[in-house]
Amino acid sequence: MPNEVPTNTGPAKRRPNTPLWIGFLIAIFAFLSYIPIFAKYPITRDMPWVNFLLFALALVFLLVGLRRAFAQSNLYRGKIAGPILTTISVATLVLFCVFTFSLGKHLPPSTQGPKIGQKAPDFALTDTNGATVTLASLLSSPVSASQPTKGVVLIFYRGYW
Amino acid sequence: MAISVDSPAESQNLCRKAGYTYPFLSDPNTEVIRRYDVLHKGAGIKGHDIARPAEFLIDSSGTIRWINLTDDLRVRARPDQMLQAASALGSH
Repeated sequence: MPNEVPTNTGPAKRRPNTPLWIGFLIAIFAFLSYIPIFAKYPITRDMPWVNFLLFALALVFLLVGLRRAFAQSNLYRGKIAGPILTTISVATLVLFCVFTFSLGKHLPPSTQGPKIGQKAPDFALTDTNGATVTLASLLSSPVSASQPTKGVVLIFYRGYW
Repeated sequence: MAISVDSPAESQNLCRKAGYTYPFLSDPNTEVIRRYDVLHKGAGIKGHDIARPAEFLIDSSGTIRWINLTDDLRVRARPDQMLQAASALGSH
């Protein structure tokens, strides 16, 4: 009958599926926050557990959202957005795992360098003032008048900062 | 003492921005980087050779006492690890 009022609530009346979007935003934050925030502190850098917790939280929200979208589709929206947002979130998690556990590990082995107990090879390099600095000069120059130097730490780094 | 392929001017810029007070040395030809076998071939911009992250502690007699060769770019020696290694030197 053309004039029959639908017994089921139509798409316009269904409620927005907020957990889906909250979960999606948390997943994006979990991915983007590592470098500017959590990589700064060794406790959250070496094993990015905070980021994984955030991803877990995101998945919980997404699952709640998906449940609502499909099991209570008469009440909630999200049958289309839900799978899309969940797929993007999971892809973000996979990408995060690749970035953190694979990309940084392609370092060449170092086996021919000087070993513990051996003499450190001397060198002469230019410092930021243009002066030539040798290892021997560093080791022989005292920290202060009363305190001879105890040693030197050489930190090799990639550069381009 | 920090060593990289950066030029003195680039290192000076970094020190000013980051507030580092220890010397930064330039090894543009990777001569010392190769001598310590910490070269990372082609890993720099435009395929230049650069240093891989590594830390060496050398005592006053010039003997190497502690080496940290990370297997992951993300995971470098922490200040407390370096201080611990350095304090072990002082007790000798």
